[in-house]
Parts: sequence; C-alpha cells; structure tokens
Amino acid sequence: MAQLGRAILLLGLGVAIYGIAASLYGARGGRADWVDSGRRSVYALAGLMVFAFALLEIAFLRNDFSFTVVASTSSTTIPVFYKLTAPWSSQQGSLLLWVMLSSFWSSAVLFLTRRRLREIAPYATAVLLGLGGFFLALAAFAANPFDTVRVAPVNGAGLDPLLQHPSMMFHPPMLYSGYTLMAVPFAFGIGALITGRLGPEWIRDTRRFALAAWLFLGAGVVLGARWSYTELGWGGYWGWDAVENAALLPWLCITAFIHSVQIQEKRGMLKVWNVSLIALSGTLAVFGTFLVRSGVLDSIHAFGASTLGVPFIVLLGVMVATSIGLIVARRDQLRSEHRIDSLLSREAMFLFQNLVLVAMAFVIFWLTLFPLISEVITGNKVAVGPPAFSEVVVPIALILVLLMGIGPMISWRRATVANLRHNLSLPIAAGLVTLVAAALLTDAARRPYALVMFALGAFVVAGVLQELYRGARARRAATGELWPLAAVALVRRNRRRYGGYTVHAGFALLLIGVAASSSFQSSTDVVLTPGQSTKLDGYTFRYVRPTASASAAKLEFGAVIDVTRGGHQVQTLWPRRGYYPSTDTSDGPIGRFFDNTNADTTVGLDAGFLNNIWAVGNPNLGPLAPEINRGNQLFSADIDTIEARTARLSVAQQNAALAPVWVLRNDVVEALVRQYTQHRWPVEFQLLVFPLISWMWAGALIMVLGGLIALWPVPSLGRRRRQLAADRARLALELAAELEPVEASLADDRQVVA
Amino acid sequence: MSYLIVLVLLLGVVLVVTQPLRRARDAVRDPDAGRAASELLDLGAARDAKYREIRDAELDHETGKLSDDDWLAIDSTLRSEAVEILRELDRVSGPIGTRRADGV
Repeated sequence: MAQLGRAILLLGLGVAIYGIAASLYGARGGRADWVDSGRRSVYALAGLMVFAFALLEIAFLRNDFSFTVVASTSSTTIPVFYKLTAPWSSQQGSLLLWVMLSSFWSSAVLFLTRRRLREIAPYATAVLLGLGGFFLALAAFAANPFDTVRVAPVNGAGLDPLLQHPSMMFHPPMLYSGYTLMAVPFAFGIGALITGRLGPEWIRDTRRFALAAWLFLGAGVVLGARWSYTELGWGGYWGWDAVENAALLPWLCITAFIHSVQIQEKRGMLKVWNVSLIALSGTLAVFGTFLVRSGVLDSIHAFGASTLGVPFIVLLGVMVATSIGLIVARRDQLRSEHRIDSLLSREAMFLFQNLVLVAMAFVIFWLTLFPLISEVITGNKVAVGPPAFSEVVVPIALILVLLMGIGPMISWRRATVANLRHNLSLPIAAGLVTLVAAALLTDAARRPYALVMFALGAFVVAGVLQELYRGARARRAATGELWPLAAVALVRRNRRRYGGYTVHAGFALLLIGVAASSSFQSSTDVVLTPGQSTKLDGYTFRYVRPTASASAAKLEFGAVIDVTRGGHQVQTLWPRRGYYPSTDTSDGPIGRFFDNTNADTTVGLDAGFLNNIWAVGNPNLGPLAPEINRGNQLFSADIDTIEARTARLSVAQQNAALAPVWVLRNDVVEALVRQYTQHRWPVEFQLLVFPLISWMWAGALIMVLGGLIALWPVPSLGRRRRQLAADRARLALELAAELEPVEASLADDRQVVA
Repeated sequence: MSYLIVLVLLLGVVLVVTQPLRRARDAVRDPDAGRAASELLDLGAARDAKYREIRDAELDHETGKLSDDDWLAIDSTLRSEAVEILRELDRVSGPIGTRRADGV
C-alpha cells in the first residue's frame, strides 16, 4: 500500500507538470483542446489525491505501523474518531491534505468557469497546478506520508493528547480549506494580469471563492480559539501566537478585498488595490503555511523545525516578485474608471475600512516577525508578548468597528448630512445608552477601551437591526407580507447585503465578548484540600472530592468542584487531567503511566449567558512518587530477570512469559489510582470567571451564518435568466419612455442631415 | 497488485486528460473570436453589476438612506450607464449578444 501511495504522489506530480504545460501551450497557441486537457489535469489530480488520502486513512484505521507517520502519530488505543483525524497531525499527512483540498477547490472553480473566462482560465489553471505541484513535490520528496520503517513496531507512539479533541476533526481542514481557497482568486488575479483581461468578469466568477476562503479561514481560526480555551488549559483562547497570527493575516486581507471589490464591481475603481489585496492574501496564505511548517518561529501549533523553510521562501519570493511585476506592467489598464464622488459615501467608508484592515494586518505581521527581525539585526531574539499586540491592535479595532457601523448606514455614491443624521440617530443613541449604562451600572469605566468597544458594538448591532426593520417595512408596504415573511424575503432577495450585515452584527458581538472577557476576567490560583473553598467574583468554589479513573488509553485525575453564589447552587465542575502512557523507558514500568509531560486537560466549564466559570486542576501526584519509584524498581528487576531468562526464546514465548507481569503491573497502577481518591491531598487549581465570553462564540456563529447567507447560491440559472429578462424588460420600458424624446430629436437631426 | 492499480490509474488519467485532444485535434481557437467572447462576458458582468447597483440604490431609497431627489438623480445616472453597457453589448455581439454574455 505504501508503494502504491508513493507511486500516486509521483503520478500526481507528473499530472500537475503536464497540466501546467498543456494550459500554457493552449493559452499561447489559442488551442482550446490543450486548455481543456490542462483543466482536466486538475480534475485528475484531485481524483488521485483523494485516492492517496484514502490510502493513508486506511493505514491509520488498520494500525499499519509500517508507515512512519502512522507509527509516530497513532496507536492501537486511540479511538477511531481520532485515527481519522490523526493524518493531519503530522507534517506529511497535512501536506497531503493541503494538496487534496487545493486540487478539489481548483477543480470546483475550473468546472464552474469552464465556459467562461476562456482567456484567463488557462493561466489560472497553471498557477493553481503550480501551487498544488509545489506542495505535492514537498509531500513526494521531503515529507512523504507513505514512507515506511524497516521493522514495524507493535504499537505506535500515539497521537498527541492535546490533539485528541473534537475541534481537531474540523479545525485543520477548515484552515487548510481557507488557505487553499485563497489560491483561487490569487490564481485568477494573476491570470487576469497576464492576459490584461482586467474587466469585472473574473471578479464576478471568483468572488464567491474569496468569500468561501474568508468563511473557512475565519471558522478555522475560531475553532482553534475554542480548542485553546477548552483543551490547552492555560486560561485563554488567543495568545497572539505566530501561527494564530499567520491565519489572521490573510483573513484580514481577504476581508478588505471582499469589501473593496464591491467598489470595483460598481464603479470600476480600486483596481490596483484589489489585485494587490488578492496577491497579498494569496501570498500570506502561503506565508502562514510556511510558518507552521518551517519552525522558524516558536509556536505550540507548529510542526517544529524542518527543512521545508527554504523551498517556501523561494515560493514566496516568486509569488511576490511575479505579483509586483505584473501589477506594475499592467498599471495603465488598472487605472480607475471613476473617482469617489463624496467622502460621505459607502465607497469612502469601505476605503477607510480597507486602510484600517490593512494597517492592522501590517502591525500584526510586523510584531509576529519582530523576534526574527531582531535576531537578524541584533543577534538576540526579542520576544513580543500579547500586551504589545493588544496595545496597538485594540485602538485600530475600535476604529474598524466604528467604520463597520457607519458603512451600512450610508448609501453608495453620495449621502447628505440630513440622511446620515436620520440613519445614524438610533444607532448612536443605542451606543450612548450602552456607554452610559455600562459606565454607571458596572465597573467598566476602569477599562476605557473596553467601554468604548461596548458602545461601538451596540452602535453596530442597532444599525443592523434598524436596516433589517426598515427593509422589511418597505417590503411589507409593497407586498403586504407578514413581518417575518417580509424579513426573510428581504434577506433572500439581497443575500450579499444582509449576509454582510449579519456578519457585522456577529463581529460586533464577538468583539464585545473579547473586550469583556479579556478586560474584566477574574482569576485566582489557589491550593485546596477536599472540603475547602475559595471565593472569586462573587462565586464560592468548594473542592468537594478528588476523582480518578484508569483505562487502557489513559489515567485520569480530576476534581469535583461545587460552585455557589449567594448560597445558591450554580454548577458542579469536573476538571480533569488525562495522563497518557509515555514511551520513554527512563520513566520506568510504573512511572510511564504517571508522566505529566504527556497529559491533556479537560476544563471544568459552566458556560452561561453572562459569565463562563472555568476551572482546571493540577493533580497532586507527589505523594504517590515513593510508591511509583518502588514499583519501578520491583518491576524493572522482574522484567530484567524474565527477559534474561527468555532471551533465547521466540518473541511470542517472551511475551507469554511477561504477560503475568503486565497483569500485575496494571493492578498496581489501578491501586495507585485508587489511592489518589482515598486521600485528602491538596490540589492546585486555576479558577477563572470570564464575563460575556459566550457572546464571543455566539458572535462567531452569527458571522458564519451571515457568511453562508452571502455565499448561498443565487436562484437557479433558469430563475436567474427569468429575473434578468424581467429586469431587462422593465429597464427597456422605462428607458423607452425616457429616450422617446431623444430618439425623436435624433430622427429630426438625421432628416436635417439627409 | 500495487503495480496493477498504478497502471489502471495511469491509464485512467491518460484517458481523462487527453480526451479533449482526441476529440478535437484541430480545435485552434480564433484569437479574435476569443477576445470578442471575453469582451462580451465582461460586458455581461458589468451589466449584472449595474442591475444590482440599480436595485441597491432602490433599496437604499426605500430604507431611507437616499432622499427622493438623490435617488432620482442616482437612478437616472445608473440607468444611463446601464444603457451604455447594453448598447455596447449590442455593438459587440449583435442580437444574440446578451444571450451569450450570460455565459450560456
């Protein structure tokens, strides 16, 4: 099976190279057959990669430890669910996933545009295959998922316990989908620049893919934050880690593009800006992948040091140089067709908002790379922590939210001050009421930035609700529909607009959650013995009793914590820590089950509308150490004796001789686990109360909903045609009435000339 | 067995990828026709965007973001621009232009 996998990778690489050549030959020679052949190469590559990935999944499911990647990231004891997700926990498997997703999305866009974009598509095909081929070459020659070991171990090293979390089923594929989808508008943008076909068509046909990239990448980032919050147990969800930032950078740029491209569609403006944003988003997507894989920056999410850095730097250099070269070469064709009519217009708001988004991306990029830059210049790697990011990013985020609130309230082309006043009155009032209420009724005033964020968030949400209300009211007036039906019909007829507004409302809620949870969280580190309690933010936490369990996969030590407020029961929390057997022989036959370097955390969580109560405990296994050491000595001696006595026997006979020892060892481990629950040993807890953090997750869900509304396909082609025909007929009728006098005068002129 | 599967895959890939070459060996594209088709599609996209802009302005008016006077002025401008695009479409394509510009 490994041979087959390796052969498929090489075959795929051949197909990618052929596809690039066929597409370019077809494009240069005007040969539609070669162009079609190049496009079909992408389909073939997608099929091959699905097959190769299926082979890898089968190897994981069958516990085929002859595969290096299976032996290093799986074991017989991990659940099937995590065996399915294990392929992308390794460098090799994730590269294959990248190529599979990339070829899948490339096939989708090329299939959908097969009768359009005939000049641009061949070059876009070549770019997409070039990117796919690059990653495939890495998978085939530098980090091959089908590499095998000479002697397969009986069991694998197991999957990192931190990755055994439901989010891991979706988080990496979402991120990779976002990254690979980002390649689609990038490739078509490059194709448009090469051919000089810089009209609105390529934007219309790839806009949806840009939106999908935004949606997938954003969802992936949020899932990663959720994983961090519930699994890592460090007391937060976003640490401004290099890899987290790497995903945020292209997301910010594609967000800017999704807005500014509307100006190009409507007004033929910002063409240079838009192709630059697309080039930047595509390059940053590869840059993010580079950060994860090269190990140049320290990150919990990275795959560690590797040799993949140099090829990535070459690829990034080619992408940047090509993009800049093409934009400069086409600068004449990229001139704007119009100018912004007024600073009081939606175009102007979008432009300001774009500048803010790009400024934010630049700041995050700079601070993320600062350790590298400082090392190059001074020789010392200067670490940049979360406070440095927050200090700069938070004020920019406030400006962004302000513009996000004003944008939907203002019309395209021009707005009057009177209109603006009419539209902004209610949202401003909502913002002011929130500001005053939060300042007077809570202690929010001690954090001015957070206070302003609450007010701006309310401003945005009120604006969106007002828009929805007014739109539905107008529809009701025209059709007499009921309010809910009118609202639904309004959204269905204007998916982009109201999908976008929904995203704005969700983002505002998300930022309110971020501001509240980061500025007003209460935390304490406390050591408690069973029966003792502590107070935090009005809540009483009582450590009731320890818990422990043993299974083949892991030992779990936890605690039962009762949370009360004002004498009333709020919730019972069950924080736990799982210990997975280590493969380090120096831990000893008993000690390897209690090695906390291979442990994961299950947070005790009460997720309420206003507060999240969060608890983790660090089990105190110190008192068990003497018995663990004694067990190590006894069992090591026993095992050594049996192994010496059976050295000349077969492996099966050796295993049979050792079997009673393993049974006894398991009994000892279980007895030690039971001891933990029978004693009142003190445990160190980290307790936190996060206000409004549920709003953050709810906001993210609303953003996804808004993204789906905007992304949802427009009515079928037939219905679209009928709609277009109706639009045309209506326009023609109205124009006929308007143009009648003009035509009459032209006819008179012609008669005069004749 | 692996070799056999690889051969089958190779054969499948060759068949899929070369199908257009076997079907139409003389499919040389007329560059002028290609350019005209692309221009048509660009105009079709511009027309769709303009229709959307007209609807957006209408909705802006209905939701109170545009006064009556402003809306009438903008709507008139947009419709003139739409007429220009439609005329351009007719010029480039003749009577079937709009149909082809839909990409069908």
